[in-house]
Amino acid sequence: MTTATLSQPKPRRRQRHWGTYAVWIVMFLMAIVFLMPVYVMVANGLKDAQSVSLQRMWIPPAQLSTDNGFAGAWARLQPNMMNSLLMVIPATILSSFIGAINGYLFAKWKFRGSDIVFTLMLFGFFIPYQSILLPLVRTLQILGVYGTIPGLILVHVIYGIPITTLIFRNYFAGVPTELMDAARVDGAGLITTFTRVMLPLSIPAFVVVGIFQFTNIWNDFLFGVTVVPNPAAQPVTIALNNLSGTFSVEWNVVMAGAVLAALPTAIIYILLGRFFIRGILAGSVKG
Amino acid sequence: MTATTDPAALRARPLDRRRWHLSEQAQTILLLLPSILALAVFIYVFISFTFWVSLSNWRTLKIDLTLREPLFATYVEMFAMARWQADLRNTFVFTIFFIAFAVTLGLTLAILLDRHLAGHNVFRNIFLFPYALSFVVTGVVWRWIFNPETGLNLLFEVLGINYLLAQAGMAPLKPGWITDPTVVAEVNGILAAVLPGVDAWQVKWGIPLAMIPVAIAATWQLSGFVMALYVGGMATISDEVREAARIDGASEFQVYRKVIIPMLRPVTISVVVILLHVSLKIFDLVYTMAGVGPGFATDVPAIFVFEQMFKATRYNLGSAAAIIMLVLVALVIVPYLASTLREDS
Repeated sequence: MTTATLSQPKPRRRQRHWGTYAVWIVMFLMAIVFLMPVYVMVANGLKDAQSVSLQRMWIPPAQLSTDNGFAGAWARLQPNMMNSLLMVIPATILSSFIGAINGYLFAKWKFRGSDIVFTLMLFGFFIPYQSILLPLVRTLQILGVYGTIPGLILVHVIYGIPITTLIFRNYFAGVPTELMDAARVDGAGLITTFTRVMLPLSIPAFVVVGIFQFTNIWNDFLFGVTVVPNPAAQPVTIALNNLSGTFSVEWNVVMAGAVLAALPTAIIYILLGRFFIRGILAGSVKG
Repeated sequence: MTATTDPAALRARPLDRRRWHLSEQAQTILLLLPSILALAVFIYVFISFTFWVSLSNWRTLKIDLTLREPLFATYVEMFAMARWQADLRNTFVFTIFFIAFAVTLGLTLAILLDRHLAGHNVFRNIFLFPYALSFVVTGVVWRWIFNPETGLNLLFEVLGINYLLAQAGMAPLKPGWITDPTVVAEVNGILAAVLPGVDAWQVKWGIPLAMIPVAIAATWQLSGFVMALYVGGMATISDEVREAARIDGASEFQVYRKVIIPMLRPVTISVVVILLHVSLKIFDLVYTMAGVGPGFATDVPAIFVFEQMFKATRYNLGSAAAIIMLVLVALVIVPYLASTLREDS
């Protein structure tokens, strides 16, 4: 027994060492596979109309000309990128604030049946939106916002309420109630407690919710394609899909367009990845 | 009761002022009311309306909300459609492949990252990156990668795989990917022996090969998400647990198989529930990447609803399909939410 344990460390350490290399190599190969579609997008987007061909998909662009796919894609998608921005910024801000108030109330001011009300609200996050599209379109037509950016903002704010409420509720549940009590002893009411105590504490939750909503709303396709039939008013995801289905367009333009449509969320991800991951964990309900 | 020293009494002091205001419970409900009303209308009333339409005669641009006789005629008609049958089959096959791929890959990546080797943060960020992109971007790119004339088939050619196969006297590797209408592993015969009424089915129940590339693209996009959830779960397991297992003589592999993965069961449940509802609803990715496919090989219920409602103006048929989608999602989500609610209280 003793000799066995004494002689064990040596081979074991070497094994771990080999294991480390193996794990690293596997991760490296996986990373290449994961980046492959990104390479296809960028490399082919940078080619000009003459050098882009199906046979040279995997070959990097020979030279960078000003005539690359990005020039064409920007010219076509720029108005739709603007539409997306005009939609996503107000929708993100509004749904974050509504979520903050709701989350505070559901976490700190529970009333009889509040958990059931909250769960019924949360169900709205999971439903297939196909099951509400028809009455939604009718309602937007009646309200006079069908086919417009304000209409899309309204849609994203309302259907964003469940998830923003959930994330803030989980966040505020972790804030000690004693902090509230101190303010209440000083005579602060329900709303003052929120604005003076809870709101200043909730910056991290705002960042998480903001990123989550920005990504979700920017990446949306279904609402954009059904609520806005006019191509000039459509968000960029729908414009990209139209571009991709147009046979007269060279596919270097399509690939460059995909990069452009991905850019805002990709930048946010690269800069604020930490908060992005927290949003994912918070959005998985039990996180 | 000496009112000034007792904290409970102190807290109660604002009560006197509150008589002039609404009670705080009333304030809570009043502040929540706009959200509650909006969602009551935009979710529950709207779903009820869609359900009504699915039972109605509304099948042209002209609105007609009279109920169709017999009551569920549109549903009966829909389930007899070859296209809808193919959609159900495709969703089923896609769900199985997608969840199997994404959970396996996500868990593997999480375990690899769990060793905290040099650069593991960079790797984690690369693996999660696709999740930040829209399904439309993903679909547009993967459509070219799985185009039989270029993409992966070209890569097989360039890497000399087809040359090697030719040397071995075998046919070149040139799958049709998303353009392949083949359905393999057909089980109609087997099912017909067990279930009555299978003869009436108009589609082959099996694996439509074109659905596999779609599952691969979805896996590319979402396995990083699965990884993130598992990494989050593993962070809550203390090192002592692993050490204890190692002292007991468990190999690295066994530590995960026997200890860590069983402890991650709640994470696995969340992952499967979330992926399941994503796969039942999948739309943008399939729509942009493959469309309905040859012989509806890549059609899914979400595309069916979209086309019936917004292209064919068959409102009752589209609504019926939407209600079936909702029922399928609810079967997964309602028990999940109910268990969360029970845990909370």
